[in-house]
Amino acid sequence: MQDNIILAGVGGQGILSIAAALAMGALNRGLNVKQSEVHGMSQRGGAVQSHIRISDKEIYSVLIPRGQANAIIGVEPMEALRYMPFLNKNGYMVTSIEPYKIPNYPDIDKLKEELNSFGNTILINAGKIAKKAGNKKAANMVVLGAASPFLSLEDDIIVEGIKTIFGAKGERIVNLNLDAFNMGKEFALNYTSL
Amino acid sequence: MKNKKIKLLLGDEAVALGAIDAGISGIYGYPGTPSTEIITFVQRSKKAKEKKIRSAWSVNEKTSMEEALGMSFAGKRAMVTMKHVGLNVAADAFVNSAISGVNGGLVIAVADDPSMHSSQNEQDSRFYGKFAMIPVLEPSTQQEAYDLTRYAFDLSEKVKLPVMMRLTTRLAHSRSGIKTFEAREQNRLDAPTESSRFILMPSNARGRYRSLIDAQSNLVEISATSGNNTFFEGEDKSLGVIAFGIAYTYLMDSFKGKPNPYPTLKINQYPLPNNMVKKIFDECEKVLILEEGYPIYEELLRNNIDLDANDNIKGRLSGDLPRTGELNTDLVAKGLGLDVVPEEELPEIVENRPPAMCVGCGHRDLYDELNELTKEIGDRKVFADIGCYTLGALPPYEAIDTCIDMGASITMAIGAADAGIFPAIAVIGDSTFTHSGITGLLDAVNEKANITVLISDNYTTAMTGGQSTAATGRIAEICRGVGVEEDHLKLIVPLKKFMKENVDIIRNEVNYNGVSVIIAQRECVKFYKKM
Repeated sequence: MQDNIILAGVGGQGILSIAAALAMGALNRGLNVKQSEVHGMSQRGGAVQSHIRISDKEIYSVLIPRGQANAIIGVEPMEALRYMPFLNKNGYMVTSIEPYKIPNYPDIDKLKEELNSFGNTILINAGKIAKKAGNKKAANMVVLGAASPFLSLEDDIIVEGIKTIFGAKGERIVNLNLDAFNMGKEFALNYTSL
Repeated sequence: MKNKKIKLLLGDEAVALGAIDAGISGIYGYPGTPSTEIITFVQRSKKAKEKKIRSAWSVNEKTSMEEALGMSFAGKRAMVTMKHVGLNVAADAFVNSAISGVNGGLVIAVADDPSMHSSQNEQDSRFYGKFAMIPVLEPSTQQEAYDLTRYAFDLSEKVKLPVMMRLTTRLAHSRSGIKTFEAREQNRLDAPTESSRFILMPSNARGRYRSLIDAQSNLVEISATSGNNTFFEGEDKSLGVIAFGIAYTYLMDSFKGKPNPYPTLKINQYPLPNNMVKKIFDECEKVLILEEGYPIYEELLRNNIDLDANDNIKGRLSGDLPRTGELNTDLVAKGLGLDVVPEEELPEIVENRPPAMCVGCGHRDLYDELNELTKEIGDRKVFADIGCYTLGALPPYEAIDTCIDMGASITMAIGAADAGIFPAIAVIGDSTFTHSGITGLLDAVNEKANITVLISDNYTTAMTGGQSTAATGRIAEICRGVGVEEDHLKLIVPLKKFMKENVDIIRNEVNYNGVSVIIAQRECVKFYKKM
């Protein structure tokens, strides 16, 4: 099995928690993992991305070549679109449609149009759904859930990863994040269009 | 024997854990992206605490390099960490530590930043390693970063020289599963009884320099036999590849799971093993050189007199790879002549999202005040420095005119004022001030330079993630000690409600003909935690 996933968002949106959930889950199962992060100046309120590669075979580079990602998971729609060139033709674009605005932010309808032009696209109001789960900050877990049906990595591995990374914060936080994940997944399985 | 349990670590963290397990007694350094997480890992490590490994931040890279050398002098193992440009600051001690040699193992972990993700240049620390004539290790993966750190300490103690561990951003800031060794004990206190080699007066230094030169052939021999440089045979001899450090991972991904057909030399240890390099040049029609950073070895291996005679060498200088920036699989695959997905333009509606100062950040209000004053006085030059406040260069502030290196704000303002610029205003953060600003301020006081220094004090080293600073709560005291006049040492709190009075204070001090220091104190909105 192999997953090449690009996570996209803005500093502070929980990109690294998605990465950690996937990575810890995979590592617990003895799979190979490589995952890139962004630290330093570019992280300060700017665009943040993480490449994560999971495989049962040896992984060399941490960076996914253009056209070889099987999923882009976005917590912010314009940021998700930024990494489009990395997505494989058969890959999935799964992103929250709630913008994190800057002064020259594009028209949201045009943005949806561009994202939908891809085909395998799932747009989701991740913050809104996360709020139903208990906290809109769990939007990252909602998009992860929405992307989960399209990953090679099995759900129970991801669930295990979520439990591992939030475990120290107590059962309530773990359950909130699991609810967010499951609501995202449910949404994706019943997705028509947005 | 490796432990079974696998840890998910950044390259930086792998180096840190490697150093702990190699038996260091201390780690020294100054924060700098992408090297910061090496020390923060040790600071948070329970194991390091149990072993009483000292790990506090130093004032700058030079002090940390010397502190580490002092620990090595005493017979114990020490690591020193910094970003690439930090090595410029530490260079005096660094180069001379190769002349004196070491006692306990001494490893300098330097993280370079090709593509300048968070830096003002992409200088290649391997140059410094070669310049100082010491061994350099450059891992390809996080696991190698861990393993080579242990080896680096062994090598340092064997050849009695400092050893450089060279990382780059992508390796430093990526995670992978790491298998670890059992930790070993620290060295006992064992200072040299005869220490003339550490007294670098010319009569001693000449002899030491000679021995350093004499040691070089042994270092080449070690590079060829350590197992850290590997020659992989290949069927297709139309091309050979020399892949340095992380570039090897891009090479292997270029073949999309198929075997690499070309003879390949994977380099993780310098100086270069000449015999292995010769073998690949002898065997192959052409050689592709993959270096993450400057084309240092490509240049050395070329014919630099008859440049047209270099048809057989492909790399950054030949145009087969870009001259600048970090490598990736697409670039390497293209350099190999393989098919890659062509670069396509992003949809026009995707706008850049440049970094910005946080909402609620005190630097913002300070720049608002400065810009308010600018409306009155018209032209002014603001010499800024390295930190979050460098982002004051971007809209909507566009408040600064320069940012060159750590501490250059005050000193450039002095020179500009000497040349006749008025007002010449320096903006510097508290951590940068203690790193390299105090000496410049003393210059200013000594020559009564007509400058105004704004120290934007947020009680932390924010840009690198909120590390402690060297003089929290003592900035004013330091300025007094350096000789700033009491009447022209002002404290302000940069908040909107004090805007008018703060602008008045800045105006008065700008108009004072001499050195003024205004300390704008407000805790970092992101990182400052009440003690």
